[in-house]
Amino acid sequence: MKSSSGARVAANAEATLAHRISTTLYSKPKLRLRLLLSAPVTWLGLVYIAALLALLVTAFFTVDSFTGNLVPGFSLENFASLFTNALYSTVTFRTIGMALAVTVIDVLLALPIAFYMAKVASPRARGILVISILMPLWASYLVKAYAWRSVLSNVGIFAWLLRPIGLDTPGYSLIGAAITLGYLWLPYVILPIYASLEKVSSNLLEASSDLGARTWSTLRRVVFPLILPGIVAGSIFSFSLTMGDYITINIVGGANQMLGNLVYSNVGVANNLPMAAAIALVPVIIMFGYLSAVRKTGALDNL
Amino acid sequence: MRITATVKLLALGSAAVLALSGCTSSNNGGNMLQSLGDNEKTVSLLGWPGYAEDGTTDPAYDWVTPFETATGCDVTFKSYGTSDEAITLFKTGDYDAIAASGDATLRLIAGGDVQPLNTELIPNYAGVYDFLKNRDFNTVDGMTYGVPHGYGANLLMYNTKVVTPAPTSWSVVFDGASKYKGKVTAYDSPIYIADAALYLMKHKTELGITNPYALDATQLAAAVDLLKAQKANVGEYWSDYLKSIQSFTTGDSVVGTTWQVIKNYTPAEANVEAILPSEGATGWSDSWMVSSKAKSPNCAYAWLNYIDSPEANAAATEYFGEAPATPDACAFGSKDFCATYNAGDVEFEKQIWYWTTPIEKCLDGRTDVKCTDYAAWTQAWLEIKG
Repeated sequence: MKSSSGARVAANAEATLAHRISTTLYSKPKLRLRLLLSAPVTWLGLVYIAALLALLVTAFFTVDSFTGNLVPGFSLENFASLFTNALYSTVTFRTIGMALAVTVIDVLLALPIAFYMAKVASPRARGILVISILMPLWASYLVKAYAWRSVLSNVGIFAWLLRPIGLDTPGYSLIGAAITLGYLWLPYVILPIYASLEKVSSNLLEASSDLGARTWSTLRRVVFPLILPGIVAGSIFSFSLTMGDYITINIVGGANQMLGNLVYSNVGVANNLPMAAAIALVPVIIMFGYLSAVRKTGALDNL
Repeated sequence: MRITATVKLLALGSAAVLALSGCTSSNNGGNMLQSLGDNEKTVSLLGWPGYAEDGTTDPAYDWVTPFETATGCDVTFKSYGTSDEAITLFKTGDYDAIAASGDATLRLIAGGDVQPLNTELIPNYAGVYDFLKNRDFNTVDGMTYGVPHGYGANLLMYNTKVVTPAPTSWSVVFDGASKYKGKVTAYDSPIYIADAALYLMKHKTELGITNPYALDATQLAAAVDLLKAQKANVGEYWSDYLKSIQSFTTGDSVVGTTWQVIKNYTPAEANVEAILPSEGATGWSDSWMVSSKAKSPNCAYAWLNYIDSPEANAAATEYFGEAPATPDACAFGSKDFCATYNAGDVEFEKQIWYWTTPIEKCLDGRTDVKCTDYAAWTQAWLEIKG
């Protein structure tokens, strides 16, 4: 008897507490907002911003070359060698070149595919195409890169197809790496272009042709300006993903290095975390510049 | 590969946190164990591929399970591709013991990452070859830090169908490499500079190299030039031994440096042969060491004792393709095991230049010049790869 009434009191107290919290939250929208945002903001602040800051701070440290232990401090040595050592500028330009090449390959491949999907294909064919473009994303990145390793190899499909006509497989080289990266990032480029093409009303194409514009003029003067933000959005993916890649180049890139490999080597081979951090800031800065340049096109709204 | 990358990221993160909080690891390396206690339940090992097989790769090769049954220590094993990777991984403190080559051992000792060993607690240590004991790569200031695992040479592997006549010298990957342009392979680590230095030591005597790990600035520059010339002919560098096996199998690589274990794994139809060239070779002599932060020191000691037992040592070293650490192992391997790897042959052993960490104080005894240290080699290696 006593215990059951005790439980009732406790339940009442609980109900009152829950009730009070809910009333307080209801009457104070600002508090409600703060509580809602606190979790994602903590996440963003701790995991994202703090990691970047740690990267920046570490770049000023040095390493005891024999024992490999970190020596905290403030030294501009790492940044100085970034600018004075020819190795870093060569590799930076190679990486930017690779990112541009992959982006161009992907945009050129994605444009006709996206146009066909958005404007020509029947709804049924469109569904099948979307699925087949998304399908490769289900397979692991490593599996795909290793698959290309065998495609590009001395006894692979490329060699088998091209040798009868006097050509040869590009082998494990920068070209091989560009092809592989182009394949890996293609879905990320097709999708935003497809999305922006879908928004282009077919009426506009008809109006353009009614007013006497040929196909090419319509594409160039009507379609292209409208889907430019989509193209730029796609290029952000292919460009940034290539800038940071070091695994594909390791698997199919032969004896070549990109910025990612220098970071990897400085962590794994040289055990020089500060130098790795300094190098890692290079693609961050390049991407920052790229993003602020494309912000004006409205591409960021299309991501 | 993913896993390694993640581990490295974690290492990067934890190192940054450590640095931010102002902690530095101590340099005394912990104290020597005086007696052994009860075995813990688990032991975490780090080593070269194939150093602790539990039958997963091939059910015929399993020397970990008998150890687990006998001691009750569950083994987790992680393999690495280069000594540098080993050091980075070991510094996370997640491992109780490591099998490290001479280019890693001294750095681990100096970094306070390993503890001095009480060899009296490792009965099988008594049976180890005397010429492997008290060497500069496992003993510092009279303290033993590592018990030998085995030793061997970095060999020259070639495709017998493509590379003719059969090479007898490393010149096939240096001065004569252009003949196999795009199909030459080399080991992807700064320590590979020593291979070039060994070649120069025999072929360009005017440089005055007497030890491939003691290079002054001029000698290092000569080795770097040789490697930069070689790079034009290199198809790819390898540190992942599986990648090397694959390129030799498909014919994307036809000649280059290798380990006996890679030769053993490469299918017979790939027509590869591995030799010790006339110049001699670089090589390794590996030691098992116990972490100064070991969570399971008793199990780690048990493993060190076990791996130097004749039976386990024979299994492990024959599987990898190297000479065992103890003469008693010869009886447990296959018939020609010890003859194949010239175990105990002191003349052969003298032809191997064991991996060791280059330091400023010249290892060949010169005092009039400063030698280039490993940091300089690392920088040079990144520049060679370009």
